[in-house]
Amino acid sequence: MEAFTTHTGRAVPLRRSNVDTDQIIPAHWLKKVTRDGFEDGLFEAWRKDADFVLNRPERQGATVLVAGPDFGTGSSREHAVWALQNYGFKAVVSSRFADIFRGNSLKNGLLTVVLDQQVVDALWELTEKDPQAEVTVDLQDRQVRAEGITADFELDENARWRLLNGLDDISITLRNEPDIAAYESKRPSYKPRTVRA
Amino acid sequence: MGRTLAEKVWDDHVVRRAEGEPDLLYIDLHLLHEVTSPQAFDGLRQAGRQVRRLDLTIATEDHNTPTLDIDKPIADPVSRAQLETLRKNCADFGVRLHPLGDVEQGVVHVVGPQLGLTQPGTTVVCGDSHTSTHGAFGALAFGIGTSQVEHVLATQTLPMARPKTMAITVDGELPEDVTAKDLILAVIAKIGTGGGQGYVLEYRGPAIEKLSMEARMTICNMSIEAGARAGMIAPDRTTFDYLQGRDHAPRGEEWDAAVAYWKTLRTDEDAVFDAEVRIDAASLAPFVTWGTNPGQGAPLSADVPDPASYEDASERHAAEKALEYMGLTAGQPLRDIKVDTVFVGSCTNGRIEDLRAAASIVEGRKVADGVRMLVVPGSVRVALQAVEEGLDKVFVAAGAEWRHAGCSMCLGMNPDQLAPGERSASTSNRNFEGRQGKGGRTHLVSPQVAAATAVTGHLASPADLSDAPVTAGV
Ligand code: SF4
Repeated sequence: MEAFTTHTGRAVPLRRSNVDTDQIIPAHWLKKVTRDGFEDGLFEAWRKDADFVLNRPERQGATVLVAGPDFGTGSSREHAVWALQNYGFKAVVSSRFADIFRGNSLKNGLLTVVLDQQVVDALWELTEKDPQAEVTVDLQDRQVRAEGITADFELDENARWRLLNGLDDISITLRNEPDIAAYESKRPSYKPRTVRA
Repeated sequence: MGRTLAEKVWDDHVVRRAEGEPDLLYIDLHLLHEVTSPQAFDGLRQAGRQVRRLDLTIATEDHNTPTLDIDKPIADPVSRAQLETLRKNCADFGVRLHPLGDVEQGVVHVVGPQLGLTQPGTTVVCGDSHTSTHGAFGALAFGIGTSQVEHVLATQTLPMARPKTMAITVDGELPEDVTAKDLILAVIAKIGTGGGQGYVLEYRGPAIEKLSMEARMTICNMSIEAGARAGMIAPDRTTFDYLQGRDHAPRGEEWDAAVAYWKTLRTDEDAVFDAEVRIDAASLAPFVTWGTNPGQGAPLSADVPDPASYEDASERHAAEKALEYMGLTAGQPLRDIKVDTVFVGSCTNGRIEDLRAAASIVEGRKVADGVRMLVVPGSVRVALQAVEEGLDKVFVAAGAEWRHAGCSMCLGMNPDQLAPGERSASTSNRNFEGRQGKGGRTHLVSPQVAAATAVTGHLASPADLSDAPVTAGV
């Protein structure tokens, strides 16, 4: 996983609430068996509309998505995160994320930043008025900055440490393998097994 | 201070707890299917890792499987590739798999409980958000993403932040024509699609205790549609009776030891929930959705709401967009809405009781002209049971299509899809734009409403059928 310290880029203002994962990446894309190549499926239905914000020439190369509340609801598909990353997004800002989506994003190194809706509104106004406006997402200082906007955000220390160091979960867990073995030795024998010994 | 059911199960699975870190939780049962596992197995391979506990892992095929001509090669090359990838991965790593054609195949959340693998006080995960279904047994069951699937395969654990708990207490008794599906749709409409965020919901109270295991699964299944991490119901005699004698249920002394433990899995009198919601069961009625998220629902007797009536701007906007997509007008009676397709199935309502309920309504009647009714059992076992009871014949005689087990029209990943603009009454759990096929319009309903709708051609409850009084089971 790539480490995330601070990122500066242009933004895509997405004025929609309750963007569910079916909208982010429609179900038929889930048939792929690799982790890359999902960029063309991102917001596929909306992208058929030439006026959709992602299609506008001035938004090409933008790396920060500023979305409405309840972003990422619905299915647990991690493909939604891969699609955003494959497309080039490094961070998503919203006033509220669906839990599973948020967990998936942080595990994959896509920083999801929770800010008050007022700040999101301000970012929308700024980046709609000036598509070239840059937004900085600083994980070191837990702060989002743009012209006229400075807003602190929260992220639990553990998630932050992992993102800053680009550490993947499995290797962290396997450092505690003796704890897992100890737990297993005490599991009651009536617990279900899918195959009989 | 006492603990809630969720807290008890959580505490019993903590492998490691350290200041400033999420708890490391042991996973008792890991269910796999073809959609969210390929990249996880890929990750294992790349890192040279094995599956830690093959005896706690099981796989089946459901999302991509066709429900017709299952003995022929799968036409869609991508679906075929996904199923073949699962088969190869399971063979390579030694995972137990029930592929298409196998007697234990079916929707993953139907298969786990019917094998007796889903048990009270266990932790159950699957790369699928409707894993919450298994909470009906008093299990702590949640959907996970593919990275987490890989994590569980490699370590049989998951680092997780402790969720908050919310009690959803349903007082009183459900009216005779009100089902578990109506209840959960009403709960979601009340607390909203984000209302459960960060919580494990515990459904409790007299109305819940009276429900069958299958009805409890319908309720817990849709917890995720309220945004919750999981939904749970305390295990009781109903739970134990359902489990006893199933393939993987404990036996003999093990059974007694298990039941003794299961009986401790109740929220203590003095436990405190982080939030509480109360619902009066008697106030409920058959419920349907009119919009494009499961919270946009109303009693069947109501009218399509006017977006202008919403104070919250984003809700108003969402309602406007939903009506536009759904092709509905504010003020139109929900009962007047005509459908093209009726789908009975899915992990929400594809179990035997659901099929019985639907069959009892279409029996001796005909599916309305121009309406297509698909009946898709949730698993092969459910299908066999239905055939034994003659339900398949009832459906076919009424003009419905009796299909092979799978996710089918719950989502547009297999050949069963709505055409653009087509409208369905569906017993599944999601009415998102395009969920059942591009441009398709979905109304979520109970099996009883689905069946009555198939007969009349418009959204209807069994009580609307003029020809004969029908008593629908819950
Ligand atoms: S039946 Fe529907 S909700 Fe259930 S697992 Fe299949 S696709 Fe998901």
